[in-house]
Amino acid sequence: MIEKMTVIKNRAGIHARPAALIVQTAGKFKSKVFLQKGDDRINAKSIMGIITLGAGFETEIKIITDGEDENEAAEAIDRLFQNRFEEE
Amino acid sequence: MDEKRFTVLDLLDLDLKEHDALELRCICGRKGLGRHISAPDINRPGLALSGFFESFAYQRIQLIGRGEAAYLHLLASEGKEGGVSKIFSFPIPCFIFANDEPPAPMFAEAAEAADCPILLSDLSSTELSSRLMRVLTNVFAPKTSVHGVLVEVYGIGILLTGESGVGKSETALELIERGHRLVADDVVEIRCVSGNILMGSGANKVIGHHMEIRGLGIINVTHLFGVGAIRDKKQVQLICALEEWDAAKVYDRIGTDENTLDILGVHVPQLDIPVKPGRNIPIIIETAAMNERLKKMGYHSAKEFNQNILRWLESESARDVYFGRDDSI
Repeated sequence: MIEKMTVIKNRAGIHARPAALIVQTAGKFKSKVFLQKGDDRINAKSIMGIITLGAGFETEIKIITDGEDENEAAEAIDRLFQNRFEEE
Repeated sequence: MDEKRFTVLDLLDLDLKEHDALELRCICGRKGLGRHISAPDINRPGLALSGFFESFAYQRIQLIGRGEAAYLHLLASEGKEGGVSKIFSFPIPCFIFANDEPPAPMFAEAAEAADCPILLSDLSSTELSSRLMRVLTNVFAPKTSVHGVLVEVYGIGILLTGESGVGKSETALELIERGHRLVADDVVEIRCVSGNILMGSGANKVIGHHMEIRGLGIINVTHLFGVGAIRDKKQVQLICALEEWDAAKVYDRIGTDENTLDILGVHVPQLDIPVKPGRNIPIIIETAAMNERLKKMGYHSAKEFNQNILRWLESESARDVYFGRDDSI
C-alpha cells in the first residue's frame, strides 16, 4: 500500500472536470485508489465521491493506492495534482 | 486522527426540521460561537447560579428554563450577584434560554464580557431539552462513510455495494424508474443511532440526489423524477453486494444461511448478488426487499420451504411404514 500527500494547486479546487480526470486516470489501474481529506476517505474511481470531498484550493489530500500497480497509480494521480489538472 | 469538533455555531447551523427544530438564535456573546461542545448532554445550572459549584458540569450546554430565569431576575432586582460572575469563569460552551425569555441585563452583560454565547429559543424548556438530547445524540453518534448507493425499496433501506463499474448506479436508476426512492449515491454517510439503528444519508446536501451514469454524466434525480423519487435519510436494513459473476464461486441457492456485515458494530443482513448480462438486477433487488419484509413479519420463505419438505418426507416415510412397501402381496 502506498500513501502520498499532495496539495491542490489549481485555484478552482476539485470541481467536476478535475474529478472526471482523476476517475479516468484511477480507472486505468487495477489497484484500489482512495483519496483522503482529513478523516474522509473516498474511492477515487467514483466521480460523485471525489466531488463530495469538497476539496478547494490548497487543501491537503492523501493519495492511497493498494494493489499490483500501486506505484504507477500513485505516481499518475499525483502528476494530475502537480499539473493543476491541466488548468490555468 | 482528531474527530471534527462540534462548535456552538455548528449547532445553530444544523438544518433541522419539524419535530427536531430547535428554533435557536444567538442574542449575545457572538465572539464565543467557536466554542466546542464536547459532551452530548445538557445541564440545568440552578445550583451553580445560586453559588454551589461542586460537581458543576460546565462542559455541557447550560439550559435555563422559567425557574432559573426568574431566579436571575430576582438576583438582578435585589442587586445581588449570586454565582453569576463565577459561573462565567468556567469554559461553558453556551447558555440556552427557553420560552423566548431573554436573560436579565446583568447576566447578558456578564456573558458578553466573558465571550460566552447566549442562545434564545421559543420552545418550552422540557420540549427543548428533549429535542436537544435527540439532536446531540445524533451529532455525537459514531459514523462512517461507505461507497455505495442507498435506496428505499418497498420501505426497506437497501445499500447497494460493489466495485466501481459493476452497475450500482444503473441498478438504482432502474429502481427509481420503478417508483422506488434514492437516498444517496456513491458516498453514503452512516450513523449508528440509539445503539442498533444505522441511519444512512447523503454526505453533502449541496450535491445530494445527483447520480453519475456512465455515458450520460451527472444527472439530477430530483428534477428528472420529482420529489417523490428521493428521501433524505433512511435506515440501512439490507445490503446487496453486487459483484461480477464468478463461475468458480458458490452462490447461495437456498437462502437459509444468513450472511451479515458489521457496520459500526451492527450486523446487517447481506446478500451477494452476481451480476451478468441478461440478469435483471433491479427485479432481484425488489424481490429481496419484499422477502426481507416477509422475514420481518415472521415468515422466512427458505426456512418455511425446507420445513414443508421435511414434513412431507416424514409423512411419506410414515405412509410407507403404515401401508408397507409390498402391500399388494
